Amino acid sequence: MSHTEPAAGATDAPVLEVRGLRKSFGDHTVLKSIDLTVRRGQVVALIGPSGSGKTTVLRCLNGLEVPDAGTVEVAGEVRVDFAAAPSRGQLAALRDRSAMVFQHYNLFPHRTVLENIIEGPVQVQRRRRAEAEAEALSLLGRVGLADKRDSYPFELSGGQQQRVGIVRALALRPQLLLFDEPTSALDPELVGDVLTVIKELADEGWTMLIVTHELAFARQVANEVIFMDGGVVVERGHPDTVLRAPRQERTKQFVDRLLNPF
Amino acid sequence: MSVNWDLVWSSLGPMLIGAIQGTIPLALASFVLGLVLALAVALMRLSRYRVVAAIARAYVSIIRGTPLLVQLFVIFYGLPSIGVTISPWPSAIIAFSLNVGGYAAEVIRAAILSVPKGQWEAGHTIGMSRRQTLVRVILPQAARVSVPPLSNTFISLVKDTSLASLILVTELFRQAQQVAAFSQEFMLLYLEAAVIYWIICLVLSSGQSLLEKRLGRYVAH
Repeated sequence: MSHTEPAAGATDAPVLEVRGLRKSFGDHTVLKSIDLTVRRGQVVALIGPSGSGKTTVLRCLNGLEVPDAGTVEVAGEVRVDFAAAPSRGQLAALRDRSAMVFQHYNLFPHRTVLENIIEGPVQVQRRRRAEAEAEALSLLGRVGLADKRDSYPFELSGGQQQRVGIVRALALRPQLLLFDEPTSALDPELVGDVLTVIKELADEGWTMLIVTHELAFARQVANEVIFMDGGVVVERGHPDTVLRAPRQERTKQFVDRLLNPF
Repeated sequence: MSVNWDLVWSSLGPMLIGAIQGTIPLALASFVLGLVLALAVALMRLSRYRVVAAIARAYVSIIRGTPLLVQLFVIFYGLPSIGVTISPWPSAIIAFSLNVGGYAAEVIRAAILSVPKGQWEAGHTIGMSRRQTLVRVILPQAARVSVPPLSNTFISLVKDTSLASLILVTELFRQAQQVAAFSQEFMLLYLEAAVIYWIICLVLSSGQSLLEKRLGRYVAH
């Protein structure tokens, strides 16, 4: 699988640099100047209450939302300053370097598992079909779904669909993987399978930004945890600090409530 | 009342010829052209450009707000007075296509809107352009949703083609009229025409079921 594994070395080179990211929807300001750095091979977990803006951050990075201001730089190759409206080419360049895994999987229901995975490589990246299929099958095998290649998404459980969603993202050979609450839509007993896959990716050195409510998972996998609330970063640091001994009162309240819901 | 079976039998030939050479090709050609037009109008209605959307909305409003018979007469009997003369067949095809275009545009627009927004986003995140996402992701899913309502449109159209008899197109109903006028057996011949229309529509309905099954293979049952 050497062709899909991220380049080794240069572990401290930033894959993602975000400065002063702002976004409003009408009168409602969702992001008030967010700064963010993710270095090669790092896993950063973005946590916070709903409405804190964490999902919007991801969506801005993948061009699903256009920020009002700020700069985003990916892999030192693409730098977009949103002070001016970005061109389609700039948004496409951002998307080319990152891949998104959605909360609700968003697989294409009219295509088989294999077709879902090779759609981007073949249709967008213009790679040879045979090569894309071979790579897709080997990735499917790694998440334990090789026998589902010809199934349609509706024939799969939520956990299986999300693993296909992850493979679809990996098949694009991105520099950066973005996860938007990848386990929030799953039945509790299926969460583990998906988290195991993500943890394996982390161990392999993939660079990832993960929006999640799974604090135990974040503590185990992330190099850094960022707590957002009200469109700002309230606290960031080592998972043990942020999740166990937060400095900010708001972080403490949030973490306590997730750990002790009753 | 005894049925004049000889007349039924002898009129069947002209009526079937009317169906095969008139009704069916007229309906098919108008439906295909109408669908192409409808897709364009539906996309215009979904356009970000307000003028484009407004033009499409006005078109749909005019088509749906006026009787098909009036549309047909304007084209065939009205246009010559401003120097545009179109023969019966092209007039009928133009009128029916425009009509299907207006109704089917709303069906297609609704079907496109019924595809979850996440599908557009999934297309974009794997790097597809809007156009690619539309063609490869959205329209195939919209097609499945629109089969039942578009079948309705098509079946209505098959029956509406009988209006073309009023602009001198030789089709099923006009054949029935002519035999009826000659033989004075109105009840018999119009019922016979009705049965033939019904059979055509039965065939179309079973075609609809097959198509729904084929397009529904990727949906949970």
